[in-house]
Amino acid sequence: MSKKYDAGVKEYRDTYWTPEYVPLDTDLLACFKCTGQEGVPREEVAAAVAAESSTGTWSTVWSELLTDLEFYKGRCYRIEDVPGDPEAFYAFIAYPLDLFEEGSITNVLTSLVGNVFGFKALRHLRLEDIRFPIAFIKTCGGPPNGIVVERDRLNKYGRPLLGCTIKPKLGLSGKNYGRVVYECLRGGLDLTKDDENINSQPFQRWRERFEFVAEAVKLAQRETGEVKGHYLNCTANTPEELYERAEFAKELDMPIIMHDYITGGFTANTGLANWCRKNGMLLHIHRAMHAVIDRHPKHGIHFRVLAKCLRLSGGDQLHTGTVVGKLEGDRQTTLGYIDNLRESFVPEDRSRGNFFDQDWGSMPGVFAVASGGIHVWHMPALLAIFGDDSCLQFGGGTHGHPWGSAAGAAANRVALEACVKARNAGREIEKESRDILMEAAKHSPELAIALETWKEIKFEFDTVDKLDVQG
Amino acid sequence: MPFQSTVGDYQTVATLETFGFLPPMTQEEIYDQIAYIIAQGWSPVIEHVHPSGCMQTYWSYWKLPFFGEKDLNLIVSELEACHRAYPDHHVRIIGYDAYTQSQGTAFVVFQGR
Repeated sequence: MSKKYDAGVKEYRDTYWTPEYVPLDTDLLACFKCTGQEGVPREEVAAAVAAESSTGTWSTVWSELLTDLEFYKGRCYRIEDVPGDPEAFYAFIAYPLDLFEEGSITNVLTSLVGNVFGFKALRHLRLEDIRFPIAFIKTCGGPPNGIVVERDRLNKYGRPLLGCTIKPKLGLSGKNYGRVVYECLRGGLDLTKDDENINSQPFQRWRERFEFVAEAVKLAQRETGEVKGHYLNCTANTPEELYERAEFAKELDMPIIMHDYITGGFTANTGLANWCRKNGMLLHIHRAMHAVIDRHPKHGIHFRVLAKCLRLSGGDQLHTGTVVGKLEGDRQTTLGYIDNLRESFVPEDRSRGNFFDQDWGSMPGVFAVASGGIHVWHMPALLAIFGDDSCLQFGGGTHGHPWGSAAGAAANRVALEACVKARNAGREIEKESRDILMEAAKHSPELAIALETWKEIKFEFDTVDKLDVQG
Repeated sequence: MPFQSTVGDYQTVATLETFGFLPPMTQEEIYDQIAYIIAQGWSPVIEHVHPSGCMQTYWSYWKLPFFGEKDLNLIVSELEACHRAYPDHHVRIIGYDAYTQSQGTAFVVFQGR
């Protein structure tokens, strides 16, 4: 039915608040936590968010009538109270599939978290969750390899992967850096990692690092008889440099490279993931800058959204926090998003912060990486929380061992295997953690010393961003 | 105390992946791990290889994977039969998960020489 042009400013809710709408299976659904300016009705705020993140602008424009906006507009179809917070509410918005370019996470985020976040009628706005329709997921490349293929390539089964970041994070020469890698790997770690801010600085250019690290990895592999790897950080200033570094890692026959997906950007990440898929390379993903975006409970983007976006953009491992270490992260929330990294279907579960059913179809899973301020005493809890499809990374907890990194690595490996063995044998590893570790230490002086070194270290601060529950 | 006396010398060891850093398991402990494989619904698989080939992706199957086998004693006797037939080979047990097409777990039960 044709409409007449009626210039002027209409209320957003007249067009974009549609509580009778039943979302389609192909719609992309989003849940925003909105805090409006005083006096603005909820429906108007929610409708404004739907409009500004899809087709709308502040004024009616004649050119709208050249198309059928009913087909393209985003719609707010539900508003809910936020438990324990009288001023905020959840707005559920449905976006038609055709609003987005196939396979482009960059495009989805440009719409959903674009201009709308600076909108004056809002005091705060937070994107809590996205339900990606399977029709969109099928257009994304996803993890270049996924959990199953990564296990097959690395020959690691029945337990989490064990890794650590090389420390000090900055300032070592290439040769010294390779030495630390070698010590960790010969001591029993599977993987070591470039710190995120190691790129190609004056003290250690990337090519020098790659060459020495490759030698260390191959030597440790020969001596231990196990498959080893090191995440060579390819993050660079330009895409051209990024690919040059990735190509060189492949030339050196290394199994895995690394990228920082938020500072590097989704476009760069998706491109690199495609390169990895084509070249049989595993991809480890760091998340520098995430806490700037995801930590405030009322503004920004929840990490579960960033994690889902990474699974679609592509990566074989993603940092998820540790729950127990030095960095922020609540246990239930963490379980909620690691499910979304690894499972093929995740049901709506508000107690884990998941607002929607999420069907991942055949998309491969991503290893959850726990890293940051963890040590050997945390091992039973980490295994219980993260399960086998994870990578546990102990930086200070490896290099800080009184005998050095190799002994630190061995201590962690013994502790991990003791916990896995105990779990498989039916023991309650969190309750019996002390006994399990002390028994294992009888056969490992390295573990005994590690347990003594870190016995008093705890990070007991309350979480800033909690799940919304009635207090 | 002088520094040297407190620092130990960590010697690199050749290991065989999962459980490679634990002391050899007792028979009862091995039973527990096999019971875990069965309880997960995984199929037990027995593989063996001469130590010189331990880094190969493919080890030789002992017979065929024991698809759907739930009898702990049968698996144990097959492990022992494999070890008797190839006393100088590594023998490992795998919990094969047909749903993920991956190994739920895998570890060496007998080390060859």
